[in-house]
Amino acid sequence: MASSGSVIQDVKDLLSIGKGLSITFRYLFRPKTTFQYPEEKRPDVKRLRWRHKLHRYANGLERCIGCALCAAACPAGAIYVEAAENTEEDRRSPGERYARRYEINLLRCIFCGYCEEACPTQAIVLGQEYELVGDDREQFIYTKERLLVPPSEGHGEAPEGMRSLPYVQEELK
Amino acid sequence: MDQIQVILIALAKSILIFFGLIMAAAYMTLTERKVLAWMQARIGPNRVGPWGLLQPIADAVKAMFKEDAIPEGADKFVFWLAPVIAVMASMMTFAVIPVGPQVNIFGLPVDLQLADVSVGILVILAVSSLGVYGIVLAGWSSNSKYSYLGSVRSSAQMISYELGMGLSILSVVITVGSLRISDIVQFQATVPLALVQPLAFILYTISAIAENNRPPFDLPEAEQELVQGYMTEYSGLKFAMFYLAEYVNMVTISSVATTLFLGGYHGPIADGVWWFLAKVAALLFGYVWLRATLPRLRYDRLMRLGWQVILPVSLLNVVVTAVVVTMTA
Repeated sequence: MASSGSVIQDVKDLLSIGKGLSITFRYLFRPKTTFQYPEEKRPDVKRLRWRHKLHRYANGLERCIGCALCAAACPAGAIYVEAAENTEEDRRSPGERYARRYEINLLRCIFCGYCEEACPTQAIVLGQEYELVGDDREQFIYTKERLLVPPSEGHGEAPEGMRSLPYVQEELK
Repeated sequence: MDQIQVILIALAKSILIFFGLIMAAAYMTLTERKVLAWMQARIGPNRVGPWGLLQPIADAVKAMFKEDAIPEGADKFVFWLAPVIAVMASMMTFAVIPVGPQVNIFGLPVDLQLADVSVGILVILAVSSLGVYGIVLAGWSSNSKYSYLGSVRSSAQMISYELGMGLSILSVVITVGSLRISDIVQFQATVPLALVQPLAFILYTISAIAENNRPPFDLPEAEQELVQGYMTEYSGLKFAMFYLAEYVNMVTISSVATTLFLGGYHGPIADGVWWFLAKVAALLFGYVWLRATLPRLRYDRLMRLGWQVILPVSLLNVVVTAVVVTMTA
């Protein structure tokens, strides 16, 4: 220790210990950042990425068109989508397809939000609920029913049901 | 009947010291967690009891319920013995520490010191050296490379710093002129020895923290380097014993420093046990404060500090003290 540098440097080093000690001492009197969970919870932030929700349009139709882009985008392979055709009697979503089965395995999900980014209709969105507890693994496969929002909570105007894109319709004429 | 009285009083003191040290060490763990937390802008344990006061009890109960695993190929007897030695050594040192002035209990004058041996200082040095055995035996008997390395490093560190400790204490002994602890405390009735021998005080403190394997000298126990060092293979109650030994050592070392350098139970106006306790508490706070602040010393720097700085300086201090005392005698 005495050989590495001058004595003055050593004295300076010793004094810097004192400076460090004063900082930690001051911190004794600073306010603490601890939240007493579960009595206190952190205030919600708008873009929290937690439990998914499958959204609807204002008129109640599901936004999800069963394209499975979210399943393709998911890095963890947590989403399973089975699509089916909309019929006129049983129309779930505007357009041709809807998701007959839509399941997310929340144990595989890493809550990255890529599915939300990939979705063309803003159907799958990561919401704010984070208290997701379960007893066994099956409980964590969230099915479509659990993920769908109630019809009263739809937002946005549904596009006109289109069987195909306009320029194709032109060609068919 | 006098002999029976003496034995009973000694027994009572022993029991008080034993349980007192255990409780002090246990609540020191909580104090450390709380103070460290407060220094890091968070609160420590506060769920287990009001202000977390039942936390040490919860920890003790948990330790008792843990599986007491012994590694295959471990020397069973020595493995069991090592924590016992560690705890014993750390507690026995307290026998020569005077906690307060002489009191009258039921008309009997009682010294608040278990054993006022005429060579009390030697007892402190000798018994605290025994603690190294606990660590050496722990690492060796675990039959594990990490434990072995940790114990080798730890024991090398401890014996290196014992020289610094011994020489600092020697300066005090030369100044006072006696090995008897009560003489040393008596000497400080007017002025604490820390003011007479400031260098010895600082050197003793540093050496003692290193002896105790406490941060910033805790590389042998650093989780990142050696899992838990010599304690790696220990679980349950045996581990708790090592942990306890470390904290009892903290209390003991602080008590020794208080007795030798800070005036023991003497206060500016009045003497009392609570002065002693207050000083020990202040030193214990210092321990935690250092832990919260300083980064760990790398092992070779640690050894270098012990041999190339503390040893020469404390030796110089002894020489100067001896010269001054002889010339002013």
